[in-house]
Amino acid sequence: MEQTNFIWEHFGVNLWTVLAVISLPLMFVLVYALIAILAELKVSAWIQERVGPMRTGPYGILQPVAEVIKLIQKEDITPDQSSKLLYNLAPFIIFTGAYAAFAVIPFSESFVPAGIDVGLFYVFAIGSISAMGIVMGGWASSNKYSLMGAMRSVSQLISYEIPAAMAILSVVVLASSMNMQEISRAQSGYFWNWFIFGGPGDWTKIFVIPFTLGLTIIYFIASLAETNRVPFDIPEGESELVAGFHTEYSGMKFAMFFFAEYANMFVVSAILATIFLGGWNSPFGDFMQGPWWGAMWFILKAFFIVLIQIWIRWTLPRYRVDQLMYLGWKVLLPLSFICFLAISLFVMLN
Amino acid sequence: MTYPQITPYIDRMDYISAMNNEWPYVMALEKMLDIKVPEKVEYLRVIVAELNRIANHQIAVATFGLDAGAFTPFLFYFRDREYIIWILEKLSGARLLYNYFRVGGVSGDIYPEFKEEVLNVVKQVRKTNEEVMNLLIYNSIFVKRTANVGILTPEVAINFGCSGPVLRGSGIAHDLRRDEAYSVYDRFDFDIPVGKGEVGVVGDCWNRNMVRVHEMEQSCRIIEQALEQMPMEGDVKAMIPKRIKLPKGEVYMRAENPKGDLGFYIVSNGTDKPERLKARGPSFVNLSVIPEISKGYMFADLILILGSIDIVLGEVDR
Repeated sequence: MEQTNFIWEHFGVNLWTVLAVISLPLMFVLVYALIAILAELKVSAWIQERVGPMRTGPYGILQPVAEVIKLIQKEDITPDQSSKLLYNLAPFIIFTGAYAAFAVIPFSESFVPAGIDVGLFYVFAIGSISAMGIVMGGWASSNKYSLMGAMRSVSQLISYEIPAAMAILSVVVLASSMNMQEISRAQSGYFWNWFIFGGPGDWTKIFVIPFTLGLTIIYFIASLAETNRVPFDIPEGESELVAGFHTEYSGMKFAMFFFAEYANMFVVSAILATIFLGGWNSPFGDFMQGPWWGAMWFILKAFFIVLIQIWIRWTLPRYRVDQLMYLGWKVLLPLSFICFLAISLFVMLN
Repeated sequence: MTYPQITPYIDRMDYISAMNNEWPYVMALEKMLDIKVPEKVEYLRVIVAELNRIANHQIAVATFGLDAGAFTPFLFYFRDREYIIWILEKLSGARLLYNYFRVGGVSGDIYPEFKEEVLNVVKQVRKTNEEVMNLLIYNSIFVKRTANVGILTPEVAINFGCSGPVLRGSGIAHDLRRDEAYSVYDRFDFDIPVGKGEVGVVGDCWNRNMVRVHEMEQSCRIIEQALEQMPMEGDVKAMIPKRIKLPKGEVYMRAENPKGDLGFYIVSNGTDKPERLKARGPSFVNLSVIPEISKGYMFADLILILGSIDIVLGEVDR
């Protein structure tokens, strides 16, 4: 296996170092999820002119911990009519799908858990596993709202995967690699070398900038739909479907769904940051460039996109099912095809 | 139950706009007893009723946004509604179920900062309305969800006996405050907002909702004029007999509730208790139009159609 991270470089590849490499992203997800939940609570409060949680710890920063403790204490309810195995398995499958994607996310130039050459392809394949978990959970609950939520979720995921795939493909064409590290490396230098601004190149890239900008937005919209966030949260639209696919879940299993949602938010933001925003590259050339600074830049960029997702959630209303399909198939799909063709043509002529 | 004892129950019919509920009932009794209410009380009644109308419309628009998935405008409106409730609480002692209107007057006089506080609330209501218009009402997703959905044609609206914003959303300018100007409403200058089809078609959910937003502005105008004309001195109760005994006979009185025409039909047998008391509630009547206007739309639209009609189940469930 290629030596893709500093742990293996220094300590060699054995059982312990492999476990360490696996547990680093897990630890990161745990900490990140707590921060993201706090950010959601606080940002929503600021948008709505509230103060948010204030009692647990200074300025309420321990609120997510309190919520996790509360959820652990809750009774774990399994409906009588449900199919027990699938019902109990679903939350973990969803989280597995989200967590498995971390395997190829390049946190820094010297740390990516598994530097496989088809990284982007892998992320895309593994991302669909969470849809399977949603269907399992929705169907096994034997609740009509859960089932409807699950069905909506899958139809949504299928329709929005194609524009997202087009956006990713365009970057693959520009970087001529599917390896996430290679893509990040291709964008090094100043921020105008990022793929959102057409990637590195001479002045002729001015023709491709509109398309890469458009693809960034298309990918962002599609990723909102894939993570079931507002304005595409119809699988759990609370005014129609109570809580959608996780209506029947309680306690820690509900927390797993919640956790997986936040992990997924980070995954799509990390991919967006990697393929369009330069990944772990500093925006200003060699200024604060390096393995440790890189991790900081990367997490900052990804978290910024997570914050935008939170911001959008508390601002916009929700689409209807048919409008969502319309947007996916008739607007985003043709637009992403046009952008892909234009970028391919540009690369071919260069 | 004697006549004054009934008023708290009237509050509980449409608990979101209790002030407006009490008014037609009290007016019916006053009409029967032939009591002239002091000028100050008339203005005070107008002000509290319009404040309550604003509070009601704020809940209606806020929860309609909530049905569409927008949470933030909901909290904006609830913050403002709190200011209105504080004023009404200072006047009547209660936050929601006021029991404020009495035969021949109201239960409590105004307090010194009343005028100033009401004017501040009016300012705040306008500011929030502007914010919500930008944030929610003209948001393209919201327009897509609500325009051209649940179209209530004027004919159907009239045939089903709809009233209030539901009827006006269909483009019919019917408002009892102007058409049967009770109390002192003939002294104010205000418009009757109707659905204009600015977005979508007249009578759809968006226009019904928009009528409420515009009505808040008109209520603000009425409040400002009423505060100007209102005599600040004087008693808030007319001379009334200790035991209210209605003469034999019957009376029907109606007024413009935030949700539509609210009418009370009272049959008196000459004692201090009514023989019969019938309320014509707007929510109950407006709700009956749902099967008619929700045909052919999606499941998700049904929630919005119900939200746009703005019912209170305390009055529907009888």
